[in-house]
Amino acid sequence: MEAVKSPKKTFVSTRNACKLCAPLGASVVFKGIKGCLPMIHGSQGCATYIRRYMISHFKEPVDIASSNFSEETTIFGGNRNFNTGIENIIQQYNPEVIGIASACLSETIGEDIPRLIREYRTVNASKALPVFVNASTPSYQGTHMDGFHEAVSSVVANLAECGETGTHINIFPGFVSPADLRHLKDILTDFGLDYVLFPDYSDSLDNPHWKEYQIIPEGGTAVSEIKRTGTAKASLEFGYILNLGGINSRITESKAAFTAAQWLEKNRSVIRCKLGMPIGINETDRFFKQLEELSGKPTPNRYERQRGRLVDAYVDGHKYVFGKRAIVYGDEDMVVGLVAFLTEIGIEPVLVASGGESGILKREIERITEGKYPQMKVVSGMDFESINEMTEELKPDIFIGNSKGYYISRRLGIPLVRVGFPVHDRFGAQRLQHLGYEGTQQLFDRITNALIEYKQEHSPVGYKYI
Amino acid sequence: MDPQRWKQEVLKKYPSKVAKKREKSIMVHEGADNIKPIQANVRTIPGIITQRGCTYAGCKGVVLGPTRDIVNLVHGPIGCSFYAWLTRRNQTLPPTPDSPNYMMYSFSTDMQDSNIVFGGEIKLKQACREAFELFKPKAIGIFSTCPVGLIGDDVHAVAREMKEELGINIFGFSCEGYKGVSQSAGHHIANNALVKHVIGLTDKAVEGKYKINMLGEYNIGGDAFELERILDKCGISLNSSFSGNSTMEQFERAHMADLNVVMCHRSINYVAEMMEKKYGIPWFKVNFIGAEASAKSLRKIADYFGDQDLKNRVEEVIAEELAIVKKSIDEIKPRTDGKMAMLFVGGSRAHHYQELFNELGMSTLSAGYEFGHRDDYEGRRVIPTITIDADSRNIEELTVEADPMKFKPRKTEEELKALEALDFNGYDGMLAEMAKGTLIIDDLSHYEMEKLIEIYHPDVFCAGIKEKYCVQKMGIPLKQLHSYDYGGPYAGFEGAVNFYKDIDMIVNTSIWKMIKAPWEAEPVIEAEYAA
Ligand code: SF4
Ligand code: SF4
Repeated sequence: MEAVKSPKKTFVSTRNACKLCAPLGASVVFKGIKGCLPMIHGSQGCATYIRRYMISHFKEPVDIASSNFSEETTIFGGNRNFNTGIENIIQQYNPEVIGIASACLSETIGEDIPRLIREYRTVNASKALPVFVNASTPSYQGTHMDGFHEAVSSVVANLAECGETGTHINIFPGFVSPADLRHLKDILTDFGLDYVLFPDYSDSLDNPHWKEYQIIPEGGTAVSEIKRTGTAKASLEFGYILNLGGINSRITESKAAFTAAQWLEKNRSVIRCKLGMPIGINETDRFFKQLEELSGKPTPNRYERQRGRLVDAYVDGHKYVFGKRAIVYGDEDMVVGLVAFLTEIGIEPVLVASGGESGILKREIERITEGKYPQMKVVSGMDFESINEMTEELKPDIFIGNSKGYYISRRLGIPLVRVGFPVHDRFGAQRLQHLGYEGTQQLFDRITNALIEYKQEHSPVGYKYI
Repeated sequence: MDPQRWKQEVLKKYPSKVAKKREKSIMVHEGADNIKPIQANVRTIPGIITQRGCTYAGCKGVVLGPTRDIVNLVHGPIGCSFYAWLTRRNQTLPPTPDSPNYMMYSFSTDMQDSNIVFGGEIKLKQACREAFELFKPKAIGIFSTCPVGLIGDDVHAVAREMKEELGINIFGFSCEGYKGVSQSAGHHIANNALVKHVIGLTDKAVEGKYKINMLGEYNIGGDAFELERILDKCGISLNSSFSGNSTMEQFERAHMADLNVVMCHRSINYVAEMMEKKYGIPWFKVNFIGAEASAKSLRKIADYFGDQDLKNRVEEVIAEELAIVKKSIDEIKPRTDGKMAMLFVGGSRAHHYQELFNELGMSTLSAGYEFGHRDDYEGRRVIPTITIDADSRNIEELTVEADPMKFKPRKTEEELKALEALDFNGYDGMLAEMAKGTLIIDDLSHYEMEKLIEIYHPDVFCAGIKEKYCVQKMGIPLKQLHSYDYGGPYAGFEGAVNFYKDIDMIVNTSIWKMIKAPWEAEPVIEAEYAA
């Protein structure tokens, strides 16, 4: 049944959210650290739900412990639970790293996790302990993306060492797929660059079948590598928004209102190269140009050819995609990247929506589209019901975003091309590619084919040639 | 490996205090005639990776989730609501496309910083008004998540006020996630609210001669549809379902049934108990998982009504259905016979599904519940001996009395006595049906699961999605018994046949043979994997 339509009204309730909660983002980052076991400091349900959600997307084991607050803990504080939790993790898993994210409950009662870590270290000073990293992630202050970036910044700020500048570079790609991460690593390797990629869950969240069970899945950026971020000659950071919204939105307290690359620039003098998500030709060109500068080498032929093929595809596919109207939704930096790409191929983003509330989405989208689409709506803090209510007026041809928008595209009978997170109604979400010429090619093919399929299915003739 | 030894090996890995606690939840079963107490429904130790969810999950997701015409409004930060958005695969079938169905909506107050600091009641009220304005629903349920209790929002007061203002049934649940040790506490809280706020509101029963309520059936993968088909075929009317494919009206008229049958004892026994006291409806346990069990349950219901026509009809239906089931078993069983299963799921499924495996000639080597209580293992007779800990005390025990207007005994004392064999108010639990020497583990930890697989290599492991990819990485197929892996129904007769086929497919797939690449050396022979 449809909701009674009231598109003009604004709601205080969130109806079918287009965002997830902060400790999820932090957990993804912790899974990208080698030998790390995440723990959520709060109630057990959050850890269970977050595991469940990550698993349904990545289809991989995801172990996240919880300090399992009880009613008593909420009154007397979580320090005993914290210690027992850590002790148990060490005993069972003996991880190299424990990544601790807070949750709404622990934040509400004002738990100070850095202090808990310090105390634990002091009491157990005689033992060999894992490395502790943490992130402050109350979900009433931001989304899963804020949690993600908070964790990246906090881990880097915690571990990056001082020292002489080396020849290596840092790359902070943001929340992309394991296949994207693998592609990035290939690119950097082909440029002959020494790099630190963080977080790197390309293996830990997309492992091959195992010969022997791995209690903590292999893969991830090693702590020794993260330490090296402090001595890199430059940091590449994908995304124009990241957690920078903190400055002009409500997300202010207790948060790292800086990105990892910003922190390194300020505290370790590592040059920060700002890039968007390399989706589409323009943004990818900028990325490759940056790599040429940093490596002093020309773009390897392989990528030149990828770019050439992509341009060729743009030309050949033009007739299927041009002038189509798209609704694009998801994480803020991801939608900025997608819009940059759609603008190139002539698909009009009629609505750009995100559950994030950085306060700078509109500005970034406008910058990227250069005012090409005066009718385009850019809305932060969106939920799916609000999107649903706008479809009547927007008359979209295609949806581009995560699985959660499926019910609207189904109602409208138009295609949904699944990107980003979560994608739990299609197989192979961990292998979806978005980045680089190669990832863009995949996206372009998928979008084009979705539109062709729609046309074919709705044609009375049933063309076999298109 | 001898299960006792397995247990000792596993416990060694825990810090001694933890080992002491876990010790009591891991048991080598001494057989049905020597049932020993097991520790269950106690808080999971911090740092142990558990299958369990939270109280809110049990309240919102499990019990009220499958009812299509109530708007479920989650009061709290966004995650809790998002994660419970249509994730349980319970199905519903509105009579017409225009009939109310809010199951695909996830409403949340999406608390922000200022709500945590200054309280969220005003936002909650506004959200109620919005839900009302959008849908004009029959009812709104307000579910509290962890921070709510802490910041002192009174959801019940808000519910009362909004009920008055909007003129529809609105009620709240204090089901903050931390309140109980698992989903189980949430079931209890949901049961209480249904009795307090819903059951008994309308006296218009379903039409029919034999009216029953089906309790603890949640229509995962379409189970309820299969049960509706069978009951219908037998001429038994389903007055209300708690809560697969249900509506508020069904709850409201629940007190008009002649009998309550209970599928999942854990999640709904409270409603059964309270309805008996308040309205005089007797209840007994049934099980529609497994073809034989389904036949037995149907006979139980027919015996209760005692009508020869009904008994005949039920026998006809059973004969007809079992003939189809038998064909399937004959075909599949040669391929599954002698294989081994492990089940760690829910508060009844780990027990019920053993029936289906038995029918395939498969044995259960190890089992346990995620959120069961001692009575689900050892039988209801141990209830008086269960220690009440701080966590259980947290959950309100409703005291109900016979309703002066609506209490009506369905059978006389003598009649009930004559029907004693139906085992009213009884449940013998899982252990009564398990073989001596099996390993019983409550609240299996992730670590223990790894050890079970590593040592015993079962042919199939039954659990949920959180365990799935981990077990499969170890080369053992995992059957999801929360969501059915997108299959189902598995209940009733057609369900049984579906299950046989799926298990056949799973345990006889050739994928595992491909694990070794041609360029790899012969694997070392692995020692000591005897069952
Ligand atoms: S309480 Fe907060 S951290 Fe936990 S699931 Fe809800 S939103 Fe996420
Ligand atoms: S915050 Fe509480 S209610 Fe929400 S998911 Fe976590 S444990 Fe459950």
